[in-house]
Amino acid sequence: MNPQLLLGAEAIALAAIDAGISGVYAYPGTPSTEITEYIQQSSVAQQKGIHSTWATNEKTAYEAALGMSYAGKRSLVCMKHVGLNVAADAFINSAITGVHGGLVVVVADDPSMHSSQNEQDSRVYGKFAFLPVIEPSNQQETYDAVRYAFDLSEEFELPVLLRITTRLSHSRSVVTQKTPRAENPFNPSTDKRKWILLPVNARVNYAKLLDKQPLLTKISESSFLNKQVEGAGTKAVIAFGIGYNYVMEIRESNQLTFPVLKISQYPLPNEMLRAFVDKYDDILIVEEGYPVYEELLKGYFGNPKFRGRLDGALPRTGELSPDLLAKAMGIERNAERAVPSVVAGRPPMLCQGCSHRDVFDELNSVFESYPAKHVFSDIGCYTLAALPPFNGLNTCVDMGASITMAKGAADAGLHPSVAVIGDSTFTHSGITGLLDAVNDQSAVTIIISDNATAAMTGGQHSAALGKIHDICKGVGVEEAHIRTIIPLKKNSEANMEILKEEMDYKGVSVIIAQRECVQTASRKRKETAK
Amino acid sequence: MRKNIIIAGVGGQGILTIASIIDLAAVQQGLFVKQAEVHGMSQRGGAVESHLRVSDKEIFSDLVPKGEADIILAIEPMEALRYLPFLAPDGIIVTATEAFVNIPNYPEQAAIKDEIAKTGKHLLVDAEALARQAGNLKTFNTVMLGAAARYLGIEGSALKEAIKTYFSAKGEDTVKVNLEAFQLGVACSV
Repeated sequence: MNPQLLLGAEAIALAAIDAGISGVYAYPGTPSTEITEYIQQSSVAQQKGIHSTWATNEKTAYEAALGMSYAGKRSLVCMKHVGLNVAADAFINSAITGVHGGLVVVVADDPSMHSSQNEQDSRVYGKFAFLPVIEPSNQQETYDAVRYAFDLSEEFELPVLLRITTRLSHSRSVVTQKTPRAENPFNPSTDKRKWILLPVNARVNYAKLLDKQPLLTKISESSFLNKQVEGAGTKAVIAFGIGYNYVMEIRESNQLTFPVLKISQYPLPNEMLRAFVDKYDDILIVEEGYPVYEELLKGYFGNPKFRGRLDGALPRTGELSPDLLAKAMGIERNAERAVPSVVAGRPPMLCQGCSHRDVFDELNSVFESYPAKHVFSDIGCYTLAALPPFNGLNTCVDMGASITMAKGAADAGLHPSVAVIGDSTFTHSGITGLLDAVNDQSAVTIIISDNATAAMTGGQHSAALGKIHDICKGVGVEEAHIRTIIPLKKNSEANMEILKEEMDYKGVSVIIAQRECVQTASRKRKETAK
Repeated sequence: MRKNIIIAGVGGQGILTIASIIDLAAVQQGLFVKQAEVHGMSQRGGAVESHLRVSDKEIFSDLVPKGEADIILAIEPMEALRYLPFLAPDGIIVTATEAFVNIPNYPEQAAIKDEIAKTGKHLLVDAEALARQAGNLKTFNTVMLGAAARYLGIEGSALKEAIKTYFSAKGEDTVKVNLEAFQLGVACSV
């Protein structure tokens, strides 16, 4: 088959289709979004009828994928790293049930926080759940690893966690496809003891999961993903995942010969690792993310032969680069040129004409007549209103936290207590918080800035589309306090009036600020013009 | 042969189009390619860059090491300077002269020009005028690709084929105007 130039994310998608999945389940999140989008746009996937519509959040996605596995089919579930926090309950417990049809969980971590609020390392979750973790280093290996992960998942009847990072997800290289495999037949599991996690069953299943660990380690010993690059000298490197690329870049470009142990499958290959570690007395540990295995290898009292992120050989935080590796290996380089002081920062910003701009302009104006402004906000484009000229919000923590934090602050006596949340974020994790506020009759004003799409990640379908008013009503918000405004300059006086009324109201009110995202609107116009 | 290329611009300016065309041409020539892109938050009007590496040998790092870029191809002059730490001692900056002003503290354009002049080898391209001459302002990026073509380690004919492939879905007129734009870019770099 023809080699294709694919993003790491696309290599995952193609491999999953070729591995015979019957469905992909996901909520959009950078840097994972492109996996599902590729499957949605794939004509092969369409012909096969592979399920690929967006889920409401990562937990619903995960559980649906698990249900598909229960029915005997292969399924893929994808999310960004913080999405696994949302899906963690399902994830951890699916290790106890195990799976039927192969289930691969792709989690895309974002070291350096290019588009995220933290840089948590999903490999820790893999260890926590006692599940095999695969961390490929390049695009072809990613394709091959996904094919392998599905087989591994079915062989061990366990979900397999495939961890990638931003750089691999968003970098292209040539990928050669392998012969596609047919989908699994429909074949629902009948093993109730496996799936009903009553304590009596769960104890048995947990013991089984632990029993599988030595076998998983054995598989890692012979996996094509773990390998040794022979070399000379007493100094060596253990490189994990994409860290391997930077190590090899420096090794090749400087004609160095140090030995390298590359690890891309966990649990760690014990024997391989022990033999390698015993041979050398200075070992640099290169991990993209937390120093998870460095800490383990170094031990509690810190064996000094291991260097890495913990002793400052590499920075404790942030993404790796060839430059950081060169420095850690003591390689002399030309003095790099400085960025001239004339260069000004160019941060991202809300688009011209964006509805969120009007929402924050109006909200800021209304707040001028109050002694203090506290706006609890959320995850989405509108988080950019934190920056000048808006300086429009006080918090952004996790999906849905705007509503619940506003409620808690209102409980503590804050009034007005205002939340601003997007439509897609509202259905992702805001509805339950709104129910809490309704049940407690908290004095909160919830602004749902509804641009009819998941905009920040590129305009994916919003689960909230056309449903927000009814959801709020159904949750129990009084209809008189569900107000809809159109955030446009010409309406700003009237909108501000409504905002003020509801902010003064001592109960739950929802203001739905409704206007389509300018990006999706312009894309639609172009498509219609064709 | 190995070329390290940094393509720089502002989110929404279409630097990925340039990257895609170079990718196509490189693959067609049987070269190894790695091309790292910026997706997500920065695409909202922020500074964006793509690291593109082509070689006749296996490429390991998706990122260009600092001080090793053979060329910084910029769609916007201030963005050319932002990635200066990546430029090799004998590397070249090829940049459009048109400033994209979407921040209140955008520096004096003359100051930017001075700084670019100080960097050594550089080529300033009046891409807007050339795109207009080609017959469509949207060919701005293709003009820049043409201006950079001789520094990319890829044959011009392969780049032209890639332009045809890339724009073929948009019709013959689009292909034609982009080939014209490419040629005008090439001409200004000779």
